[in-house]
Amino acid sequence: MKKRVMMLMSSVLAAGTLLAACGEENNESTPINDGGNNANEAADNSADENTGNNEAAGEGEAFTAQMVTDIGGVDDRSFNESAWAGLTLFGEDYPNAEVGYVQSSDASDYAPNLNRIAREGTDISFAIGFLMEDDIKTVAAQNEDQNFAIVDTVVTDDNGDLIPNIANITFAEHEGSFLVGAVAAMQSETDHIGFIGGVEGELIKKFESGFKAGAKFVNPDIEIATQYAQNFNDASKGQQIGNAMYGNGADIIFHAAGATGNGLITDAIERAQDGENVWVIGVDQDQALTQGDWDDGNVILTSMVKRVDEAVYQVAESTMNGEYPGGEVLEFTLEDAGVGIAESRENVSEEALTAVEEYTDMIINGEIVVPKTDEEYEEFEGSL
Amino acid sequence: MIGNVLKSKLFGITIPLIAIGFGFLAGAVIMLLSGHNPITGYVALFQGVFGEIYYFGETLQRMTPLIFSGLAVAFALRTGLLNIGVEGQLIVGWFASVFVGIVVEAPMIIHLPLAMAAGAIAGALWGFVPGLLKAKFEVHEVIVTIMMNYIALHIVNHFIRNNLLASGQRTDFINSSASLSSEYLAALTDFSRLHWGFLIAIISCVIMWFILWKTTKGFELRAVGFNKNASSYAGMNVNFNIILSMSVSGAFAGVGGAMLGLGTYQYANILPAFTSYGFDGIAVALLGGSTSIGIFLAAFLFGGLKEGANNMQAAAGVAPELVEIIIALIIFFVASSYLVRWIYTKLQFKKEGK
Repeated sequence: MKKRVMMLMSSVLAAGTLLAACGEENNESTPINDGGNNANEAADNSADENTGNNEAAGEGEAFTAQMVTDIGGVDDRSFNESAWAGLTLFGEDYPNAEVGYVQSSDASDYAPNLNRIAREGTDISFAIGFLMEDDIKTVAAQNEDQNFAIVDTVVTDDNGDLIPNIANITFAEHEGSFLVGAVAAMQSETDHIGFIGGVEGELIKKFESGFKAGAKFVNPDIEIATQYAQNFNDASKGQQIGNAMYGNGADIIFHAAGATGNGLITDAIERAQDGENVWVIGVDQDQALTQGDWDDGNVILTSMVKRVDEAVYQVAESTMNGEYPGGEVLEFTLEDAGVGIAESRENVSEEALTAVEEYTDMIINGEIVVPKTDEEYEEFEGSL
Repeated sequence: MIGNVLKSKLFGITIPLIAIGFGFLAGAVIMLLSGHNPITGYVALFQGVFGEIYYFGETLQRMTPLIFSGLAVAFALRTGLLNIGVEGQLIVGWFASVFVGIVVEAPMIIHLPLAMAAGAIAGALWGFVPGLLKAKFEVHEVIVTIMMNYIALHIVNHFIRNNLLASGQRTDFINSSASLSSEYLAALTDFSRLHWGFLIAIISCVIMWFILWKTTKGFELRAVGFNKNASSYAGMNVNFNIILSMSVSGAFAGVGGAMLGLGTYQYANILPAFTSYGFDGIAVALLGGSTSIGIFLAAFLFGGLKEGANNMQAAAGVAPELVEIIIALIIFFVASSYLVRWIYTKLQFKKEGK
C-alpha cells in the first residue's frame, strides 16, 4: 500500500515539475491588471510626446493607482466596471502610471484588500461603492500617509469631520435626473409618468427631486406617480409597483432602485409585447445595452448615467499632478460630464434631445438650479 | 490488528492529501491554460498567507467561522444527519449575537458570554426545528434545512432593514463590552482583524471531540449515526438523539455567526445573498473527515486559500475565482475517495485471492 501511495505522490510531483517547466516559457504573458503598461514600454516611449507626462509621476518612480471592487466584481456591468474603465483609460493616457484592481469576493475582503494595496505603496487607492465606507475609514486611519478615495458616499470620522486622506467622490444625480425628467415629460403621450425609488433617503431623493423638477419644468400639468420599494434588491416588488403605475396610466417610468428596477423592466417588456407603448428610463449606466431587449426593440428609452469612469480618471489625474483632493467632497456634475444622459437614445425624439442640450447649458450656467430635496423641489415647483 | 488500524488511519490522511495535491495540480493546469505562470501564482498565494504577519492574522480570522461551520456539519454527520442548514443557523446566530451586543448594556464579563449564548441559542433553535420534524414526522432534514436557510436570510434582513438600520445596509456597531476584538491580537498581527474568537474556535474543537468521544451521550449520538435500528434495539432514544444532534450542530453554527458579528465585523448587515460560510463548512467537514483536528486543518487550508487568492490577483494577476475552482476540485477528489477506496479494496482483495 505504501508503495502505491509513494508512486502516486511521485507522479504528482513529476507532473508538477513538468507543468512548472511549461510555466517558465509562458512567462511573457501579461498580467491582466498591468494596464498594458510597464517600465520598458515607458522607456521605449521616451522619445515621443508621452515624456511630457512622465515628470508628473515624480522622482522617476511610477505613479500607481489601484481600485478595490465590491462584491459585484470588475465585470458587473455597473459601477465597478465603469470605474475600471476609467482607470484603464488613465493608464493608457499616462503610460508611466501603473493601474490595477483587486476584486472582493465577499464583504470580509474589503478591509484586507484595501490594506493590501495601501501597503504596496499605491499612490491612490479607490474603494468602489458605499459598502466599503466602514472599512476604508479603518484602513485610512491605519495608513495615514496613504491616499484613498471612495465612490458614492461621504466618509466622516466620529465627530462628523471629513478624513484628510479620503477623497469623497459623489455625483450630482439630481442634475442628470432633471434631464431624463424633461425627456419623459416631452415623450409621454398620456402626460402621466412615474418614479420608482429603492430605499428612501438623501441619495435617492436627489434622483426623485431632479426627475420631478425636470418633468414639471417642461409640462407643469404633468402627473407624476412616485413610490419607493424600500429595497434595492427586490425585483418582484419592482414589477408589482411598475405594474400598478403602468396600469394607472403612466407610460414612462424612471427608476433609481438598483436590482428592484429589473422587475420594472420585466413588466415593461411584457406590456410592450402586448402592444402597449411603455418605456423605462434606466439608471447609473446605459441600461439599454444590458437590459430591456425584446423581440421588437428595447423598452429602455434612455438612461441617467453616473460617469464613475470620468470621476475616477479625474481624481487619479489630479493626484498624479500633486493635487490630491483628500478630505474633500467632490461632486461630479453635468459640467464635469460626471452625470448625464446615456448614449443609447435612438428612441428619444429630436425635439427632446435639443431640449436636453438646452437644459444642460442652462443648468451649467446656473439658470436652472435643480432641487435635491423635497423642500427645494416644492420651492422650485412654486417658482414655475 | 494494530497494523490494520494504523493502516486505515494512514489511509484516512492520505486521501485528503492526495485530493489537495490534485486540486492544486488542476489549478496549475487552469492557470497555464489561461496564460498565467502557475509558479508565480502559487508563490503569490503562499505569500498572501505567510508573506506578512497581517495576512497571516487575516487568514486566522477568516478560518474562525469556517471552523465553527465545519464543526457544525461534522457533528450532525456523526449522527448520520446532513445539516445543509449551517448557513441559516450561522446567519441567525450572527444576528442574535449582534442584537444582544447592541441592545444590552452590561459589563463585559456578562455581556460577551450573553451575546455569544444568544448566537448559540438562535442557531440551536434553527437546528432544532429540522431535528424535530425529522424525529417526529420523518421529514428529510436536507430539505427542511435548505428551506430554513432562506427563512433565516429573509427574516434577518427584514429585521435589520426595518428595526436596526443605522447607516446604509448595516446595524449600529455593537457595544465594546460585547466585542471579541482584541487590540493585543491586532497589534501582534499588524492591525489585522484577528480576534479572541480564534481561541474560542480552538476550544470548541476540543469540546466537540470531548462530547463525541468521551461522553456517554456522544457514544449514543455516534451509535445512532452508525445504525439507527441497532441503537434503538439497544435501548437508545433515537428521536431524542436526532433532535439533540441537530440542536448542538445548530449551536456550533450560531456561535460561528457570533464570531462574525462580535469579532470580525462588529455589526450585522443586510445580506444580498448567502455568506457561503455554511456551505464551505460542508467542504471543511468533508475534507477534515469530521474530526476536530481535521476540521481545524481544513479550515486553515480554505481560509488560507481564500485570503491568499486576493494576493494572487494583486501580485500575479490570477482571477480569485481560481481558488474557488481549486476548493471545488479538492472536494470533488475527496468525494471520489470513496471510489478510490472501493477500487483499492477490490485490488487488495484480488491480491489476497491469489
